[in-house]
Amino acid sequence: MPSQERFAKGPIALFECMQQIPCNPCVDACSRGAITVKEINDCPSLNEELCNGCGVCMTHCPGLSIFVVDYTYGKDVALLKIPYEFSPLPEAKDVVDALNRHGERVGSAQVIRVQTSPNKTNIIWLSVPRELAMEVRSIRLQKGGHHES
Amino acid sequence: MRIVNHPILTFPQQDMVTFTLNGQKIEGVAGEPIAAALHAADIKVLRHSHERHRPRGLFCAIGNCSSCLMTVDGIPNIRVCIEPLRAGMVVETQEGKGKII
Amino acid sequence: MITTEILVIGAGPAGLMAAIHAAEAGARVLLVERADRLGGQLIKQTHKFFGSKAEFAGERGMDIAEKLINWSSDVSGITIWKNAVVLGIYPDGVVTISHEGAFCTARPKKIIIATGASEKTMAFPNNDLPGIYGAGAVQTLMNVHGVLPAKRILMIGAGNIGVIVAYQLLQAGVEVAGIVEAAPQVGGYRVHAAKLQRHGVPIYTSHSIQLAHGDSCLEGVTISKLDEKWQPIAGSEQYIAVDGLCLAVGLSPLTELLWQAGCEMKFAGELGGYVPLRDANMKTTHENIYVAGDVSGVEEASAAMVEGKLAGLYVASVLGHKKDSFTKEFQTAKSQLAALRSGPASVKICTGLSKVVLEEVG
Ligand SMILES: Cc1cc2nc3c(=O)[nH]c(=O)nc-3n(C[C@H](O)[C@H](O)[C@H](O)COP(=O)(O)OP(=O)(O)OC[C@H]3O[C@@H](n4cnc5c(N)ncnc54)[C@H](O)[C@@H]3O)c2cc1C
Ligand code: SF4
Ligand code: SF4
Ligand code: FES
Repeated sequence: MPSQERFAKGPIALFECMQQIPCNPCVDACSRGAITVKEINDCPSLNEELCNGCGVCMTHCPGLSIFVVDYTYGKDVALLKIPYEFSPLPEAKDVVDALNRHGERVGSAQVIRVQTSPNKTNIIWLSVPRELAMEVRSIRLQKGGHHES
Repeated sequence: MRIVNHPILTFPQQDMVTFTLNGQKIEGVAGEPIAAALHAADIKVLRHSHERHRPRGLFCAIGNCSSCLMTVDGIPNIRVCIEPLRAGMVVETQEGKGKII
Repeated sequence: MITTEILVIGAGPAGLMAAIHAAEAGARVLLVERADRLGGQLIKQTHKFFGSKAEFAGERGMDIAEKLINWSSDVSGITIWKNAVVLGIYPDGVVTISHEGAFCTARPKKIIIATGASEKTMAFPNNDLPGIYGAGAVQTLMNVHGVLPAKRILMIGAGNIGVIVAYQLLQAGVEVAGIVEAAPQVGGYRVHAAKLQRHGVPIYTSHSIQLAHGDSCLEGVTISKLDEKWQPIAGSEQYIAVDGLCLAVGLSPLTELLWQAGCEMKFAGELGGYVPLRDANMKTTHENIYVAGDVSGVEEASAAMVEGKLAGLYVASVLGHKKDSFTKEFQTAKSQLAALRSGPASVKICTGLSKVVLEEVG
């Protein structure tokens, strides 16, 4: 987990890939060379100074286990980028249920941007309450859609 | 039911053809396995077993297990999971070993 | 009688790579596939694969299939037959094939068997009710034909296949009631399981299915908790209403042809059942028969591709088609395979392999 000082500097990738499995596409995805997987079965390690939180690695990760958080986004809110492979996609400005790692609703989030990707792992940018940034890992669209204008 | 929106796959609209199941008219995509067309119409019972007349449906979908035998155009024991659908086919739920006419 | 130098049986990732590499080295190859399309298991895999770049990691299984299929059609020297089932391999080296419904025979110099694996099933009362499917059938229906198998499904088995297919069901719009796993922990990769859990899919570890309910079709199942000895705990029964049940309880190598040809077989539970003894070049105890992929031990597409490449390169070289780069390519492939198998996730595979890979066969 990056330090408070690093979080204060801006967006950074979070890796929830804690089991040794034969995998390394995240390494090739990062043009800044911020990710290292020494032997293919090792877990990835991140050079926090090189990572700028661009999120490119997120679309390539087969485990969908990389997230990006930016605590500098707002005073009470953080920006959270999550990978999303469901249809339909939410739209910018939608308010959605924010789910934790167990699929439980822990609050709501606002969609800031939907970044579609040619490989269909899309990235959803969410504004979430700061204290929920380390909890929220997925979303559920609210029935009938919900726009906040 | 057919999948309309899928996050990864696209299923292009295809031409539908008509066939019958036990006399009832059903639509399916030409060339898809008969079993897929039946499932799309929510029909899961394909035959009744020989000895205990138990209902049977699709199990492997690749022609391995013989769970899906039906009578097609009068010929019994057709594995409908791999038999392509054609317009006008006469498909019947098979009872036991099927009748050879 | 058809003549060819190398007959490759099965066009999954292993068979495709074997055919491509043998033909690139200059051999004439006949590749036969019983299905009406090439790609084996890969065409049903909508998720991105693990592995490294050399095995196309990070790409979706179905896209890897397309790459391999295009590659195989670009290489001259490969004849491809679809709807062609190999029925038998006889001691005199004659192979019988049913191609587009017509019977024919072939006498190849060498054979590479890459027939993959078939799904195991499971015994419980009413396991024959319509609505109960093997995981492969569910994938074929929804990912190949675009038809939903059910509205609400319970998955049995939390190995990689179970967790991956459950995720694919969610993506197709099916409600997943949960995953039932007899072991006390999830067997599949944790990142795959996490994808489901964050959408609220419960995983019932130390649970098993007791029976299925329904008159003409499945209507529900009873599951119960298991004690440390894997016995159901009385009173822990729980009814779950579902119209679909998906069994992902393992694969076993599709070895009929190997038995028939008289290859020496050995039981290795870690690899899914009986597999052929072979050497590091994928040669069985039969002089002219080689294997690659899941038929030689249920593993992963990444390993299947590399094994196919090894077998293809080696068999071509035995027949006198040796590329200048042979030694380098062959060694690279071997180290690639060793790297894939070096982690804790492969301990079981390696135990199995240690029983069946010999210094020298025959
Ligand atoms: C749900 C699921 C998810 C998976 N996820 C991954 C993953 O993320 N990463 C990964 O690396 N692997 C994954 N795998 C495993 C991978 O798909 C298999 O290991 C791989 O396909 C094995 O390749 P193969 O060529 O040996 O066999 P197959 O792909 O099974 O191909 C064998 C082919 O042989 C044909 N055949 C069989 N018998 C005959 C005959 N008598 N005559 C002619 N043809 C015949 C079959 O029709 C088939 O096309 C997954 C598998 C499943 C089921
Ligand atoms: S977020 Fe961007 S910079 Fe950071 S590791 Fe991923 S690809 Fe590299
Ligand atoms: S690509 Fe994803 S799953 Fe693979 S090693 Fe990197 S973070 Fe882990
Ligand atoms: S469902 Fe198994 S043969 Fe058709």
